[in-house]
Amino acid sequence: MTRFKYTIATFLVASLFFVRCGEGGQGSNGALTSNAAERVYVAPGEHDEFYAFISGGFSGQLSVYGLPSGRLFKVIPVFSQDAEKAYGYNEETRPMLNTSHGFIPWDDSHHPDISQTAGELDGRWVFINGNNTPRIAKVDLSLFETTEIIEVPNSAGNHSSAFVTENTEYVVAGTRFSVPIPQRDMPISEYKGNFKGALTFISVDPEDGGMDIKFQLIMPGFDYDLSHPGRGKSHGWFFFTTYNTEEANSLLEVNASQNDKDFIAAVNWKKIEEYVNNGGGTLMPANYAHNVYDESTQMATSTMKKEVRVVNPADVPGAVFLLPTPKSPHGCDVDPSGEYIVGNGKLSADLTVHSFTRMLEAIENEKYDGDAYGIPILSFEDVLAGTVSQPGLGPLHTEFDGEGNAYTTFFISSEVVKWKLGTWEVVDRQPCFYSVGHLMIPGGNSRKPFGKYVVAMNKITKDRYLPTGPEVTQSAQLYDISGDKMELLLDFPTVGEPHYAAGIAADIVKARSKKIFELKDNKHPYGVSTDADVRVERDGKDVHIYMTTIRSHFNPDNIEGVKVGDKVYFHVTNMEQDYDVPHGISMIGANTSELLIMPGQTETFVWEPKQPGVWPFYCTDFCSALHQEMQGYVRVSPANSNTELTWSLGE
Amino acid sequence: MKYPTLLLVLLIMSCGGKEEKKNDGFEMQRKSEPAAAPATTPEPGVNASERVALDNKGVGPVQSVTLDPDVDTGMAAEGEKIYNQMCLACHKIGKRFIGPPPNGILERRTPEWVMNMILNPEVMVKEDPLARDLLMEFNGSPMANQGLTEEQARAVLEYFRTLE
Repeated sequence: MTRFKYTIATFLVASLFFVRCGEGGQGSNGALTSNAAERVYVAPGEHDEFYAFISGGFSGQLSVYGLPSGRLFKVIPVFSQDAEKAYGYNEETRPMLNTSHGFIPWDDSHHPDISQTAGELDGRWVFINGNNTPRIAKVDLSLFETTEIIEVPNSAGNHSSAFVTENTEYVVAGTRFSVPIPQRDMPISEYKGNFKGALTFISVDPEDGGMDIKFQLIMPGFDYDLSHPGRGKSHGWFFFTTYNTEEANSLLEVNASQNDKDFIAAVNWKKIEEYVNNGGGTLMPANYAHNVYDESTQMATSTMKKEVRVVNPADVPGAVFLLPTPKSPHGCDVDPSGEYIVGNGKLSADLTVHSFTRMLEAIENEKYDGDAYGIPILSFEDVLAGTVSQPGLGPLHTEFDGEGNAYTTFFISSEVVKWKLGTWEVVDRQPCFYSVGHLMIPGGNSRKPFGKYVVAMNKITKDRYLPTGPEVTQSAQLYDISGDKMELLLDFPTVGEPHYAAGIAADIVKARSKKIFELKDNKHPYGVSTDADVRVERDGKDVHIYMTTIRSHFNPDNIEGVKVGDKVYFHVTNMEQDYDVPHGISMIGANTSELLIMPGQTETFVWEPKQPGVWPFYCTDFCSALHQEMQGYVRVSPANSNTELTWSLGE
Repeated sequence: MKYPTLLLVLLIMSCGGKEEKKNDGFEMQRKSEPAAAPATTPEPGVNASERVALDNKGVGPVQSVTLDPDVDTGMAAEGEKIYNQMCLACHKIGKRFIGPPPNGILERRTPEWVMNMILNPEVMVKEDPLARDLLMEFNGSPMANQGLTEEQARAVLEYFRTLE
């Protein structure tokens, strides 16, 4: 209890200090160098050196920025509907947001991670987790679009996700909240011993990136906060921070802060994979959605999967160990060599660094300090590599520059602290404005970080930008880390909460970026491959318009014979084959978004006309000099009329 | 101009209900010259699309094309397929549409000019005076670059040779 009081006192003092900093923030720019502007300036027409994929947190999306300029290029819709791009509105992408709970138009996107080959970023895909209704999404970096989402059963608050192993064998999704597995009606007070935490290993097809749940490790009822893969010598292991090892089910801010140490769970996934490949584990009934966007049909399909393989760690001896780590550790970060596992104890005065080599020795010698539900607990002293002593207040996350330095964020003292691996000495610190969460070094979670910059992602900005009412932008800050001292270069506002990010050298990605969809490869069931196939078909009350668009007309643009009560499908194929010539379409009174159709692509929206009349539609994307001429009419007759179904263009 | 349109709209609205009365809209006295006549036509009265320019190879990757006296029917069939997918939305056969029809094009254009117009339309409308006049004749509708390969453009050209 004394320790608890001390912690609270530390918090209070720290927050007073912080508030004062915040309010007096004018002029506190850190040591801003005089040529900072020059170093982030990317001249008109020139390209940035890095892509930064910054999650939108509660926006549910993933934003694409350039570094060092901080310019925003695109917001990729992932877990939230996006009316601008028709994502989650058009018929093609609505299935992407299907779940076992039905259609869900929003989620909380947290941790993007770029696919790797041999421990280095290969720039093929970005994986990202949806926290709230547990899902993992895959964004294809040739399209910059979400092409797959898999729901994670037995999980809740999918937070220690979505991190990939060294060859993208797996993308890993750990539960934050433990829950009854299987879900059932039971008293909440019976949490302890009964609730479980699922750590899910989702295999990734090396060719097409297809995701499939290989197994779920059913762990004790802790909160699994963050995770990272081993790499190099520790490849084959995965590490998860835990808190609430007290297994409290109420007032966690007090009750989950009691234990002196929580754990980092070390999981030998290669061992479990072998066990599963030999028929180990149990198939349990489940219900979860697997949504796949097919690039050739340009449609998403949603399939409900009905079982999942679960593994009890007690059944695979030698596969899971617990490393005591002070105190409610948050970030769980592995250095480029794979030797050091950093536990960022939120409530700890020091940073704890474990040694992978020492961990293996302790396992070899079977030196255990006890067990938790049958999982061996190693001795803290036996696995410790070192501690960074009193580096700041409220450590959250650590990344690496590949030069032997680590950079840790401190939420309460609002700073990035640079320290040396091996000697554990603090060598530099720079303030953040304010309350930094994650930080990102391009490639900082791989064997070969690109280094050069660190991006700090801040929760609070207060006086940093022009005020916009009570809600102000959140923000990222760019520091140059190429010298001995970190230098703040740039603040830039972000979309939603910049929760975490992944960065990569632009050259790796941009060479693979697609320019158009080839018309000849368009296998959309309602697409047309030539203007001769344009038509309108009635099937009961469904009317299908097979429409094309090219600068600067729709074909057909006059349609008659639609009736009140019909369900009208506009299947629109953009016949352009030139880079950056999308067309849009919208219909007066349609209860959905516009379409934004890329060259060679087909998209569909539904319109249910409610009144007789002649109703116009038009192109919504300024496509050409005659964009304003790009319009058409649909005649809607009363339900009982016998107006003939006709269509035309230019007649 | 706006005022009569408004009147017309009001008129139509007031007619609402059953079958519309035949209404041919309003008329304006127009000058007798065709509206499409381009301002820069060197020969007054001749549309750019009708002009004969058999010495103009245009601007682009295609420098020289030799046509065999006999049409290669296989190539022409391939060209027709490509044409139907990539071109038909604007160029109808035997009928002026968004752009001119391709019928008899080689009586007025060189093979090189035709292929350069397909392969390099952005530069053609800037640098080739005839292409620029065509853009004006066809209401400023740009010729879209459909990303054909040189081989595909050649096949389309062969298809054009089969069109009367």
